[in-house]
Amino acid sequence: MPETVSLTINGRKISVAAGTPVAVAALLAGPTAALRRSAHGGARGPLCGMGICYECRVTIDGVSQTKSCQTPCRDGMVVVTDEF
Amino acid sequence: MSSELHFDVLVAGAGPAGIAAGCAAAESSARTCVIDDNPAPGGQIWRGDTSQRVTRLVESGANVMTSTTLIDCPSKGVAVVLRGTQSCTISWDRMVIATGARERWIPFPGWTLPNVMGAGGLQALAKGGLPIRGKRVVVAGSGPLLLAVAAYLKQHGAIVPVIAEQADFGKLMRFGMSLLAHPTKLIQAAMLQAQLAGTGYLSGCWPVRAHGKAHLESVTLFRNGRTRTVPCDYLAVGFGLVSNTELAELLGCQVNEGGVVVDEWQETTVAGVFCAGEPTGIGGVDIAIAEGVVAGYAAAGAKDKARANFRARDSVRRFAVGLNEAFALRPDLKALADDETIVCRCEDVTLGRLKARHDWRDGKLHTRCGMGPCQGRVCGPAVEWLLGWPRTSVRPPLYPVPIGSISEVRK
Repeated sequence: MPETVSLTINGRKISVAAGTPVAVAALLAGPTAALRRSAHGGARGPLCGMGICYECRVTIDGVSQTKSCQTPCRDGMVVVTDEF
Repeated sequence: MSSELHFDVLVAGAGPAGIAAGCAAAESSARTCVIDDNPAPGGQIWRGDTSQRVTRLVESGANVMTSTTLIDCPSKGVAVVLRGTQSCTISWDRMVIATGARERWIPFPGWTLPNVMGAGGLQALAKGGLPIRGKRVVVAGSGPLLLAVAAYLKQHGAIVPVIAEQADFGKLMRFGMSLLAHPTKLIQAAMLQAQLAGTGYLSGCWPVRAHGKAHLESVTLFRNGRTRTVPCDYLAVGFGLVSNTELAELLGCQVNEGGVVVDEWQETTVAGVFCAGEPTGIGGVDIAIAEGVVAGYAAAGAKDKARANFRARDSVRRFAVGLNEAFALRPDLKALADDETIVCRCEDVTLGRLKARHDWRDGKLHTRCGMGPCQGRVCGPAVEWLLGWPRTSVRPPLYPVPIGSISEVRK
């Protein structure tokens, strides 16, 4: 396994340690602490960190509603979070 | 749908209880499979831990399936699991439910702001590489987890100005005295205290409002009739733990206020379905392991080995009684949320809207509370505590799934 992997988050390239959850990579990529907009448009970031709350869900390689806290980053991954 | 798998013992959850059960069953020659929705075994407490306890599971001969979510048991002995966007069916003779616990959140104004996280939640992300060195983290809520999380964060360079524990000093002291009967717990407590030197541990103190525009900037804490506002980068907040009993309920196991009902073999009211760890009642890692060992042996039919572990289990269980009494939630916390405070984060339902409804069904029909992706896992315990609405029945799928994967299974 490579020590670092490179992925694209909202069009920005980022390299992180292998095994890093997408949620962490997305927070590192910024520019906000939020990953999604709520039903009424509120900014939301991760809450539970363990796959329960769904507040960290993003689109990964075209699959929407994916829990980013339980998905490890892989090389070439394309991640899209809600826009702010 | 991919090929069908069969196991003598299927263990749902690869935390301490599931690992203990999986090892005990596999080492008793049962064909065993341990599944977990996380990318690696270890659960929350052993997240990222590659020590002996996790490798023992791999070496036990048990089949370990990670990134695998159990979504349905359409009939007894059958489990439908989701891996990525693919589903498959696993058949089983006995099951051990070791689904652990989640944090309990009591809604308060501002708790939906980004960077307000669960105490365990922030720790999980920090273990995953979220930089916390030099960050100011207020740790608040209730229970021993706050101490463990604060110690972890400090060890990794975070500044923890205060730990706000809602329980009263008197209750905590009585709990502290009860630790004298549990020497290992006393040593753990002393170690935590040493690691937390310089951090204020305030009992009878709780968060009343989180402030910030795009994200958290500060939190107001209440204690002894006074408030003070503490600037911070993160608020790590959790008011104890809630048992994950959804799978047990789906299988028809009896669940009471304390958790999933089990007998001395850890067998639930459904024959062949066992349960271990936090789902049987919040008690911590030692109880989870002890119950997992008994459940694993019993599920594998190794009754003598299971019986030989009864005593060890019963002695650690006594610790849980004092724990839950000491950290019981104070009624004052029911006044934290105002009518504008969001209770259901998935559907943005405020407390004011819920107060106009009279039970879960009415609430769901009119507000969609509890009907979003988390399926009430976050708001359910809060609503139960705030409004006294008893929980409703669990229905499959246990987690949201892509529609294509369901149609494959039902073909």
